[in-house]
Amino acid sequence: MLDVRNLRKIYTGRNRNVEALRNLTFHIGAGELVCLVGPSGCGKTTLLKCMAGLLVPTDGEVLLDGRPVDGPPPGMAVVFQEYGRSLFAWMNVRDNVALPLRRKKLGKARTRELVDHALDVVGLADAHQAYPWQLSGGMQQRVAIARAVAFEPKVLLMDEPFAAVDAQTRAELEDLIRQLWRELGVTVLFVTHDIDEAVYLGQRTVILSKSPTVVREDLAIDLPDERDQLHTRSSPRFAELRAHVYEQIQLAKHHSGDTDTEPVDRTPGSAPAPALQKTQP
Amino acid sequence: MSVRTVLRRALLLLGLPAALLAVWWYATAGSTDFYVPPLSAILEAFGKVWTADRLLSDVVPSLLRLAAGYLLAVAAGVGLGLVIGTRRVVREFLEPVLELFRAIPPPVLVPVIMLFAGIGDTMKVLVIVSGCVWPILLNTVEGVRAVDEVLDDTCRSYGITGTARLRHLVLRAASPQIVTGMRQALSIGIILMVISEMFAASNGLGFTIVQFQRSFAIPEMWSGVLLLGTLGFLLSLLFRFAENRVLAWYHGLRRDRRTP
Repeated sequence: MLDVRNLRKIYTGRNRNVEALRNLTFHIGAGELVCLVGPSGCGKTTLLKCMAGLLVPTDGEVLLDGRPVDGPPPGMAVVFQEYGRSLFAWMNVRDNVALPLRRKKLGKARTRELVDHALDVVGLADAHQAYPWQLSGGMQQRVAIARAVAFEPKVLLMDEPFAAVDAQTRAELEDLIRQLWRELGVTVLFVTHDIDEAVYLGQRTVILSKSPTVVREDLAIDLPDERDQLHTRSSPRFAELRAHVYEQIQLAKHHSGDTDTEPVDRTPGSAPAPALQKTQP
Repeated sequence: MSVRTVLRRALLLLGLPAALLAVWWYATAGSTDFYVPPLSAILEAFGKVWTADRLLSDVVPSLLRLAAGYLLAVAAGVGLGLVIGTRRVVREFLEPVLELFRAIPPPVLVPVIMLFAGIGDTMKVLVIVSGCVWPILLNTVEGVRAVDEVLDDTCRSYGITGTARLRHLVLRAASPQIVTGMRQALSIGIILMVISEMFAASNGLGFTIVQFQRSFAIPEMWSGVLLLGTLGFLLSLLFRFAENRVLAWYHGLRRDRRTP
């Protein structure tokens, strides 16, 4: 479904080049819900933008259904972290959700049906006429999610969508995502820096190193499919997985593509990788 | 709104103008100075001078020229502003020239424009355009440049490109700044409307006021100034009314940010 192959991104600045992504390869099958987690500043957003066709990678490629992504593909929707900046402040909720559908030329009745349904499933059935800035942060992000749902994408990319909402709202929205994923059969890639979220939400968690980024581990989350905030989070298996991911992230903070021991990623002639050290305070 | 708040607002709105008129009235009440006639005489002249005929023959042509010049300036300013704002190369290329043109006071251009546009309506409209276009153009450029990156990415990922992007994203996002430019341009436009008519004209508000001055019809001249002020005030009211409709979302957003 979605293939990332040897993806590399170097930002060329005036005086120096920053290698954000070193070499990323992973695969997401159709209908999967995969979480992507990594230490802060590990190039998660860069990766997501490359996958969404919003950024051209320096090397490597992203394939959607076997076809290389060289611009935003039609079957993909993105939900950004900054909900306040991704909604049109000059349109009410309904128009915000309906705007991307115009290009699809589905006819009035079908568009209305999609918009009504999308706003209904995210719990905003009575907020059609409100403007985004009249809503709370969590509700604004629900609008952005409704917009993605109405678009009927095959792939939904989410870039730390709940990083800026409070903990209770976050829990609600996490369950909403799982519910939508199951009901719509959509493929979801969920980028987060929150370890609990990465374990709770997905079927798999891809753990990234710090920048320049490589994949550290591709971890299967073998929790039961029926999940709820209370029981899943207090189960022993959840605690084990959480501890494992936590440990990996801690290690990842000191490991990047530069320090990785995999010979493929080593640049020839560079200094030998230092042994894993704890930073001295 | 209760009766009290209505009264309060009326007092706030009309208090100062009423007080100023009262001061004017009493300060000039027994004036024998030829150049500073009593306000009562000016108001009397006002009634006599600004008849329906006069309004039709002098005020309407002025307003039509203002409207034509202003709308052309809006079209040119917003159109060019969109092109310059979205393309960095164009912006860097044009910026020095734009700054130079902007620095020229438009009244200076009147004789120049007269040379090739004659002394007819075209000249007057061009003078108004030459002054009004700059604030609109420069504000549009700034507004277009400030379009939010995340919103732009959102549009791209949903395939909202080309004219749809221009209409739903760029123009709307830049609209607060465009309106700011248009507001500045409106007052410049009124000034230039009068000035262009003072140079060479056979009708118009500016022309009439200068005629009165040259024929020493002082109360009549003052009444023209009063009418001009009133017109400016009404136009800005009209502008604010339109602005409140177009930018309702923006004012709401800002109110909302101030009181979280």
